[in-house]
Amino acid sequence: MMAKTPLEGMEPLSLGKATLSELDLGRLTSIAPYRGQEAALSDALKEAHGMLAPAPNRATGKEGARAIWFGQGLILLAGPAPDETLARHAALTDQSDAWAVVRLEGDAAADVLARLVPIDLRPYVFKRGHTARTELQHMMASVTKLGETTFQIMVFRAFARTLHHDLQGAMERVAARARP
Amino acid sequence: MRLDCPICGARDRREFTYVGDAVLLDRPAPDAPFEAWDDYLHNRDNPAGVTRDLWYHESGCSAWLVVTRNTLTHEVMETRLAAEVKEAGV
Repeated sequence: MMAKTPLEGMEPLSLGKATLSELDLGRLTSIAPYRGQEAALSDALKEAHGMLAPAPNRATGKEGARAIWFGQGLILLAGPAPDETLARHAALTDQSDAWAVVRLEGDAAADVLARLVPIDLRPYVFKRGHTARTELQHMMASVTKLGETTFQIMVFRAFARTLHHDLQGAMERVAARARP
Repeated sequence: MRLDCPICGARDRREFTYVGDAVLLDRPAPDAPFEAWDDYLHNRDNPAGVTRDLWYHESGCSAWLVVTRNTLTHEVMETRLAAEVKEAGV
């Protein structure tokens, strides 16, 4: 038996100045700190995985081990298997197979995303290390800025092909408007 | 229309779900009189002016909010986390 990613290892898609590719983040764990345990959880996260717990709308860590703010009282640990010390301060739930993850990058990436997501994506507002729980078309999504022109987008796994379809459509329309 | 989520900041209305009058936070005691439960479940004011609603930030941080707004001017006057409103008891 072979594990399949939500987009079944799609080939990267380049249209105009944007490129879409699937990401495999490894292990995904949602971390919901118990009431009053937020600071202790942050310390445990730092000790075990090297990053503090992110404030709302922020992500901490780096490629391979990232902590992404994931909603009210919720953090997503992406990459490593969660250290057992975290379980003293928070409820941990494995989400590894539950999310489709893509990377959208390139000079036109923000323009493509702006067609689908109702948040302010201007570079001086939504910066590297910022994240947002928002809506992509009609899907609940997590959008994280990984670099100057690089975004990570997560939706429920069941919406993987819809995500791909919507992003491809937006990429085509942005590319069509680009001046040669 | 935008709502200022206390956690996420100003967000488009499409991220939110309207739930109903904020009276839903004031659940009567199980042995409260019939009239109190009748009011809680069924009877709503329909104010021309300031009203308090519950909204759910469904596509965002999943927080429940109490939104104070004016139905005449569409002004959104205040947004607070429903959990804080409930704990403060106001």
